[in-house]
Amino acid sequence: MKAHLTRRYLFSASHRLHSNEKPADWNRVTYGKCNNPHGHGHNYHLEVTVSGPVDPETGMVCNLVDLDGFVSREILGRFGHQNLNTLPEFASQVPTTENLCIAIYDILWRGFRQAHLEKVRMEETMMNSFAYAGGAELRD
Amino acid sequence: MVYLTRKAEFAASHYYHNPEFTPEQNRALFGKCNNPNGHGHNYTLEVTVKGSVDPTSGFVVDLKELKEVMNREVLDAMDHRFLNKEVPEFFTQIPTTENLAIAIWQRLVPKLKAAQLHRVRVYETPDLFVDFYGEP
Repeated sequence: MKAHLTRRYLFSASHRLHSNEKPADWNRVTYGKCNNPHGHGHNYHLEVTVSGPVDPETGMVCNLVDLDGFVSREILGRFGHQNLNTLPEFASQVPTTENLCIAIYDILWRGFRQAHLEKVRMEETMMNSFAYAGGAELRD
Repeated sequence: MVYLTRKAEFAASHYYHNPEFTPEQNRALFGKCNNPNGHGHNYTLEVTVKGSVDPTSGFVVDLKELKEVMNREVLDAMDHRFLNKEVPEFFTQIPTTENLAIAIWQRLVPKLKAAQLHRVRVYETPDLFVDFYGEP
């Protein structure tokens, strides 16, 4: 039997939305307060959904210790309490939550082998959330 | 097609243990969840059904009926119970959230007459939940 397992995580980071390829006016108009040169921060809620057959011996899609360990090391450890603009992932792209969602999906897709990655969902605030399933349609 | 979701809460205890493994293997695999005295959770259950809207009633499903089925088939059997010892599915299976979602699906499917079951979601904690769509 195939089941989907979702785990939620929390990390805090700062960012500034600004495109170096565009003039200052364009950045101010496009990004508004998010273009403040000193940056600002969010508490990001991250949801990782994986799927797979439930192992009859363990009753699990994958061991949570493995998923938590991977996310803690590769995602929370890399992005938590950082200025996202200073990280290699955002050297040439704007650290919007759309791009952050895709970057986190790619890290999981490349490195997490214990279950199939279904989607990554992020809440930037209680009002905004973003989801990415590697380009596939979402199932809900 | 309209999707309708009904929530319920239940509290239950469980522990994870596979009798085919050695005590050391069980401890290594299941960690704190292997404590034989059990531990508990406040589970939140979300049952989503789908169907077309009946032109007379305006309903996908009569919520009262759905609530009664959920109460009878799931909550009466599982609320304030030790899952391993009191719920027959878990005499032989480990009561993980995955298996709980599957067991709840299998209890509900034969009892839901009007609407089609779409998804069973079980939250073990606010930060961990499992979805089951009836896939083999």
